[in-house]
Amino acid sequence: MLEFKKVTMQFGALKSVSELDITVNKGEIVSVIGPNGAGKTTLFNVVTGIYTPTEGDVLLEGKSIAGKDPAIINRLGIARTFQNVRLFLNMSVIENVMAATYAQTKSNIFSSALGLPSSRREEREVRARAEELLSFFGTRLTGYRWEQPAYSLSYANRRRLEIARALATNPKVLLLDEPAAGMNPKETQEITEVIERLRTEKDLTILVIEHDMHVVEGISDRVIALDHGVKIAEGDFDSVATHPDVVEAYLGKGSADRK
Amino acid sequence: MSEQQGLGIGTDEWVAQHEKRLARRSGLLGILDLLNQKVSPAIRYGILGVAAIAFGLFVDDFYLQRIAANLGVFLILTLGLNVVMGFAGLLDLGFVAFFGFGAYAYALTSSGHLNQHWPTYLSVPAIVIVTAFLGYLVSLPSRRLFGDYLAIVTLFFGQVFIQLIISSDSITFPGNEESTDITGGSNGIPGLDPFVLFGYKFKGAADYYWLLLVILVFLIIAIIRVDRTRVGRAWKTVREDSLASQAMGIKVNNLKMLAFIVGAAIAGLAGTIFAGIQNSVFINGFDMPLLTLIYAAVILGGSGSIPGSILGAFVMSVLPEILRVQNYSEILFLSVLILTIAVLGKSWKKFAFNIALVVLIGFLVKVIVSALNIATTPAATWAIAPVSKALQHWLVIPQSRLLWGNIGFVLLISLIAYYSIAKEKIKFYLLPLITYVAIFVWEDRLVIEPNTTRQLIIGMLLVVLMIVRPQGFLGKTRVEVL
Ligand SMILES: Nc1ncnc2c1ncn2[C@@H]1O[C@H](COP(=O)(O)OP(=O)(O)OP(=O)(O)O)[C@@H](O)[C@H]1O
Ligand SMILES: [Mg+2]
Repeated sequence: MLEFKKVTMQFGALKSVSELDITVNKGEIVSVIGPNGAGKTTLFNVVTGIYTPTEGDVLLEGKSIAGKDPAIINRLGIARTFQNVRLFLNMSVIENVMAATYAQTKSNIFSSALGLPSSRREEREVRARAEELLSFFGTRLTGYRWEQPAYSLSYANRRRLEIARALATNPKVLLLDEPAAGMNPKETQEITEVIERLRTEKDLTILVIEHDMHVVEGISDRVIALDHGVKIAEGDFDSVATHPDVVEAYLGKGSADRK
Repeated sequence: MSEQQGLGIGTDEWVAQHEKRLARRSGLLGILDLLNQKVSPAIRYGILGVAAIAFGLFVDDFYLQRIAANLGVFLILTLGLNVVMGFAGLLDLGFVAFFGFGAYAYALTSSGHLNQHWPTYLSVPAIVIVTAFLGYLVSLPSRRLFGDYLAIVTLFFGQVFIQLIISSDSITFPGNEESTDITGGSNGIPGLDPFVLFGYKFKGAADYYWLLLVILVFLIIAIIRVDRTRVGRAWKTVREDSLASQAMGIKVNNLKMLAFIVGAAIAGLAGTIFAGIQNSVFINGFDMPLLTLIYAAVILGGSGSIPGSILGAFVMSVLPEILRVQNYSEILFLSVLILTIAVLGKSWKKFAFNIALVVLIGFLVKVIVSALNIATTPAATWAIAPVSKALQHWLVIPQSRLLWGNIGFVLLISLIAYYSIAKEKIKFYLLPLITYVAIFVWEDRLVIEPNTTRQLIIGMLLVVLMIVRPQGFLGKTRVEVL
């Protein structure tokens, strides 16, 4: 489904990602782990077109997408969330989701301005779809929360809303950058279940960056460990977690307590 | 890991601030808030519409009709800029050039200057389309730019337009010895044809007023609809976070271009009508001062808010007219002053006390001045308008007005500066003193120099507003990063 071929991303003298080969199969949930600065987010930025890889190629369903415009890449079927949560803060919760249906809807400025029936119908459909997507998180983001501005949401709800917004673009592949960061244990448990449901109910292929090893253990079909932009281990959770290089990468940085 | 960003895990700002939102603000701002919540948009627009129709029907003062027609043009411009700046968040400093282009294009197609007399129903739509296309051309090099860079580039285009108009009064075409005057240069183009629609030839500002009213109704409805639907939402995402917007499949550059084009078309339309009303075009009407006024109107009303733009346009175009008359300007000055005290005082009790103190200070100064035998200017020379007449037994103006006026000015500015850093308690007593000095400076100096005063009072209003309501009259508070 998604394939990295010898992808290198260099900033000045620093290779954040170095000759990386990764294959993600359809319907798989793959976790990317690694200490801070390992190049995980950079990887996401390369896939989504925010960076153009210095070398190598990224393939989606066999077609090259490296260096394409982020909006085009999204339209081809890749959606993401951001590590530092980038919502449209001054728009309402439901508007955040509705806005993300932009590429699949047609109303133009004239049909909207004239209030044509086609435009009205589309507006109703978009709204219904947004409500449906928000109800994916149970009652967390429904009812009175629809009209709240996004900035008024709690941290966990912001992360949920970001996922709902990504879903609204109708992706085939979903990239989640630390979805459980800043969540309490109960919320973390919930998000683990949500990720599993995303695969089954929405038919998605999912790539997750996560530091919380309980989440990684709970969701992953496969785990890939990065350090200094290089893949140091790959396999099921147990084999990667106990891999000597991985242990060293974490311990060496004094970050073993992350687990 | 990500920063925790102020909010604790699991808490929700909306819930946490529920109490605070319920607790109404006291004093004057509380009443404003309440009005803002209770009166529905439909009623507001309804009242506005009825008032506008009543004005058209019952006011036959030529001067007022002209002001109203100009206000209509200004309103279109403000609404257009609100699309570009308020919705899409683009700092377009070339905006008035499109207005100027529309006006000049109308002049060239509807006057003896080039001997072109196109029918209105042809020239106006054609000009709007061409202006939109011009907007598209300008947006081509600008589309990748944001913020300051965009501002500089568009400012440049605006200035190019002005230079082109000024220098195109003698252009020599190859094969033709004599130079041709295309734009009239700095002399402008006089004697334009009036609009003719449905066989009716427009006679004066009143006719344009009705046309403007119809256009405005359609324009406002159209903009509200666009704002609420697909394109409007996408514009907002561009303003909010263009990177996230792109990652959600929104083609940011195209949307920026679209905002430019729509803004240009609206400005072009306003230009044609403006030229029709004025009967002539002159280049100096399309420069910085107008741009500043439009921006002030959008910001004052609340960038991104449609009712805000309307209110802002009213204030910014009616205000300078009112301020031309000394009596009005004095009333306005005093009202702003009293309003400021009311807002800063926070409660009605403090407000009453402050006003009482101002009155007291006035009489105190009067007593001191007469005790010290300082020569004063006779009231008859300064107390001319009704308001200043009312003040003549309370206020003293010394004989050397210029000297004391300057002293007062310096004192006023120092006091205001001190006020901004003073403790609450001192502030309370400082406010009446500042008020008194402000009134003194006004009557002593500013009344004699009405032009400066006008600028000053508009500036003052903006400053006060930006302190009290940084989001503008009707704008929503915006959160940048939380
Ligand atoms: N635009 C950029 N310019 C220069 N250096 C960059 C840029 N983006 C990332 N880097 C560098 O690349 C390295 C990898 O960063 P990246 O954000 O991918 O790490 P990460 O694995 O996501 O870490 P974390 O767990 O902290 O999120 C870091 O050293 C970072 O400073
Ligand atoms: Mg990261």
